[in-house]
Amino acid sequence: MKFNGKSLKNLVSIYGPSGNENKIREYIEKEIKDYVDEIIVDAMGNLIARKKGNGKKVMIAAHMDQIGLMITHIDENGFLRFTNIGGISPFVSLSQKVMFENETVGIISMEPMEDISKIKLSNMFIDIGVSSKEEAEKYVNIGDVCIYKSEYEENENTVFTPYLDDRVGCYIAIETIKQIEDPKHDLYFVFTVQEEVGLRGAKTAAYRINPHIGIALDVTGSGDTPKSKPFAVGLDKGTAIKVKDNSILTHPKLKDLMVDIAKENNIPYQMEVLEFGGTDSGAIHLTKEGVITGAISVPTRYVHSTTEMASKNDIINSIKLLTKLLEDNLKI
Amino acid sequence: MNTKEFLKALSDGSTVSGYEYRINDTIMYAFKKYTDETIIDDLGNIISLKKSKANVSNMKIMLAAHMDEIGLMVKYIEDNGFIRFTNIGGIDPRTILGQEVIVHGKKDLFGVIGSKPPHLQEASELNKAIKIEDMIIDLGYSKEQLEGIVDIGDVITIRRELKSLQDSRIVGKSLDDKAGIVAMFECAKELEKINHEADIYFVSTVQEEVGVRGAFTSTYRINPDIGIAIDVGFGFTPELPKYETLDMGKGPGITMGGNIHPGLREHLVNIAKDYNIPFQYEIAPGPTGTDGRAMQITREGIPTLCLSIPLRYMHTSVEVVDMTDIKNTGKLLAFFIASISNENLEGLLCY
Amino acid sequence: MLLKRLTEASGVSGNEKEVRDIIISEIKDFVDDLKVDKIGNIIAYKKGKSNSKKLMVTAHMDEVGLMIIDIDDMGLLKFTTVGGIDKRILVSKPVLIGKNKIPGVIGAKPIHLQKREEWKNALNIEQLYIDIGVGGKSEAEKLVSIGDYVAFDSQYIEFGDNLVKAKALDNRVGCSLLIKLIQEIEDIEFYGVFTVMEEIGLVGAGPAAYTVDPDISIVLEGTLCYDIPKLDEHLIPTYLKKGPAISLVDRTTLFNKDFREKIVKIAIKNNIPYQFRKTSMGGNDSGKIHTTKEGSITATISVPCRNIHSPTSVMSKEDYDNTYKLLKSILLEYKEGEL
Repeated sequence: MKFNGKSLKNLVSIYGPSGNENKIREYIEKEIKDYVDEIIVDAMGNLIARKKGNGKKVMIAAHMDQIGLMITHIDENGFLRFTNIGGISPFVSLSQKVMFENETVGIISMEPMEDISKIKLSNMFIDIGVSSKEEAEKYVNIGDVCIYKSEYEENENTVFTPYLDDRVGCYIAIETIKQIEDPKHDLYFVFTVQEEVGLRGAKTAAYRINPHIGIALDVTGSGDTPKSKPFAVGLDKGTAIKVKDNSILTHPKLKDLMVDIAKENNIPYQMEVLEFGGTDSGAIHLTKEGVITGAISVPTRYVHSTTEMASKNDIINSIKLLTKLLEDNLKI
Repeated sequence: MNTKEFLKALSDGSTVSGYEYRINDTIMYAFKKYTDETIIDDLGNIISLKKSKANVSNMKIMLAAHMDEIGLMVKYIEDNGFIRFTNIGGIDPRTILGQEVIVHGKKDLFGVIGSKPPHLQEASELNKAIKIEDMIIDLGYSKEQLEGIVDIGDVITIRRELKSLQDSRIVGKSLDDKAGIVAMFECAKELEKINHEADIYFVSTVQEEVGVRGAFTSTYRINPDIGIAIDVGFGFTPELPKYETLDMGKGPGITMGGNIHPGLREHLVNIAKDYNIPFQYEIAPGPTGTDGRAMQITREGIPTLCLSIPLRYMHTSVEVVDMTDIKNTGKLLAFFIASISNENLEGLLCY
Repeated sequence: MLLKRLTEASGVSGNEKEVRDIIISEIKDFVDDLKVDKIGNIIAYKKGKSNSKKLMVTAHMDEVGLMIIDIDDMGLLKFTTVGGIDKRILVSKPVLIGKNKIPGVIGAKPIHLQKREEWKNALNIEQLYIDIGVGGKSEAEKLVSIGDYVAFDSQYIEFGDNLVKAKALDNRVGCSLLIKLIQEIEDIEFYGVFTVMEEIGLVGAGPAAYTVDPDISIVLEGTLCYDIPKLDEHLIPTYLKKGPAISLVDRTTLFNKDFREKIVKIAIKNNIPYQFRKTSMGGNDSGKIHTTKEGSITATISVPCRNIHSPTSVMSKEDYDNTYKLLKSILLEYKEGEL
């Protein structure tokens, strides 16, 4: 299996912050329509693609939405004030370039402050290079959302780009969809919306599908940068099998199954115990009478910054683990 | 199995949230004698059904007590074999320093949570609480020796055994909420002698301590007419305000507040008075910190009650309860259940 | 006068009965089906021209308040808050306790007996108590009980340039608007739902949405307004007298962009002033509604209220009327199938 940099680059570059996922959904739909049996878009905007099969109903979720900033006010001089959509750190976003759906570009800056450690999003603004409110309103409106604009780069083994969270999950799902020919189980690949603001799309999609088993594909952090707190996951050490995060305690039998499959197929893996954060698996497992759910994570550095970083090997191994998992009996 | 033996088996067992399955057999065996069928759902909730003898009813009453306990989890293994860990559920780090633990890997291993000797500490350090991230567990093995036995994600419990103190007081870990499970058991025993029109679901729920997760899915499945959560309440000790606590040995706390159906609660209080069962009031203005908050908002809404067994030193490994409170909770539940009929249910639930 | 009756009624979260009874008496002759569900929500249904998308309009009945937790030996009452109340507004306020509305006051230490430094710190709830004017515990227990709900004692007063001061404008304005809608609308099919316990965690909304299973919901609210001079413009969440506030985003919902834009168009078409709710703080029933079952679309439209969650909240009658106009216009567009 080869790593497809072009495909991942396309995925991370398409506009799709939470609540505004139309463009990325259209792209993904085009990519997968020849490889699936049914496609539905539900009321929230989730893209649900089914590869029919007998056996268990399995829901595989990767979220399409990205973090961003929503404009709440345009002042008389054309500066834009905003609130966060998803987890945005003022320190990380300061001085970064942003882009709106219509490709208007801006820079995030801040009011002068004595003590920069006290900076908050309400002291910051976006400058789109206009000189009045009227001029600004030709380009943006209150309610518009912008995303970080930053270039995709790669070297031999690593990718550097914003929005690996969770376009890399979408990439893994798409590659898996293309590879599986005769699904052993009834597979529902769901490209969810609004994960970053509270796992909202996954909740309603899982209610509709009511699967037997759920697998979320997302990024996780890494503990391999200088002086980082002890966290047993690092880049290029394998795909990460989630044990827990704040939204889920993975079902022990599913976790053990994933470890066994990784071992049998010589897929390098790591165990992920995350002390914060949540994923779509958190929403899926509490659906209706309960769903046995786990997650496959891509170890990623600098999550929610303008340049996230992951290992190509880890991404490929994640695809391998997912594919082999879907070929198993899944008798849990 | 008598009540105290059951409680000891539950308390001594290892049931960290998400990994409760280790006491499945104990619970199933205890309830088997007094119920008709038992199933375990996909999340691990144990649902034991005691059908109404009348065989007419479609009324369902669900009792829920959680079988999970707070604990720790291996997050990282240092080069020298020391274990770094994180908490599962609300653990006060100050209560675990210097404790003995069991790490539940492929084998159960004994360990200690280490501490820096006081001699080597500055005066100012001695006043600061130590954070969980600065603590380690020493299993006495090297990293290589631990290979294949202990792994990231293994759960850890404090090593503690249930003991009797004086009179009917007992002390142990995870009496939050094993005391509740035993109260359900007592209720099941009482119901052998009384007729009840409703079908009763005794649910030992999972993952309450990390967000009442098992309660959501088990309540959805059963969809009861009435839901009753049996958990623990703060037992009075002198540094706590009286109005936030319950007295030990004076019976269960009956919760009042938004999470609780007012008509049902009045009825419950009347039953307690009619049958001379001691009880106290507990105030909770909003959603309670129990399975009850999940039950109330499931499906089209479920009229909910909460009973709290007084318990001292909650979320430490030396929780203290009074057995008479557990027994009285069980009795109160049984008499309440027996008082619910197809005729009076609608009236009780009316607003 | 309806809004007066509604705001002066006691309906603290978990104890909405008095408000529920008023609402039922107002709407029962105008609906085709009416029921109170298992946790106290009112679910009303009006028949009419049907639409492929099921519409629900909701308002929460409850208000923030207090609850008695202890009666001490002197007959003074200790209390806790129900819902989000800034504890600093409590001291020196009159209140009404329980079903019988026993009058009491929230007292504290006189200023004369306090040291200067003490003035700087807000009083903690533990330092406050309610005095109902009895001499001891047993006298108190004849009048009030532990668990009694306590509402602010605050009359509905019209003042200034068409302004209203009352308690619980959040969310009796929403209830009042919805009642009016139910009474006036003919031949449009929709569900009118009055929820319980929004202020303590959006408790009623999820089960109500589960029962009704709407495709589109309009949530009516009284929302925060803080339009004092010298505050940076972008920090002003809403203004008084600039019309109904349309929500963009809050802690619990990312409002559907298409629906929101349609509502703005309807406002413009009908010459109704409107503003955006500029803060993302706070949340409302929409949070639970839109993620129930297979998901649905919501919009929250609010009357701006200064001093929200206090006994002296203030709104503009113009804003109230304009909110109603907007609401009615939206329903007429819905009737034409334009939503």
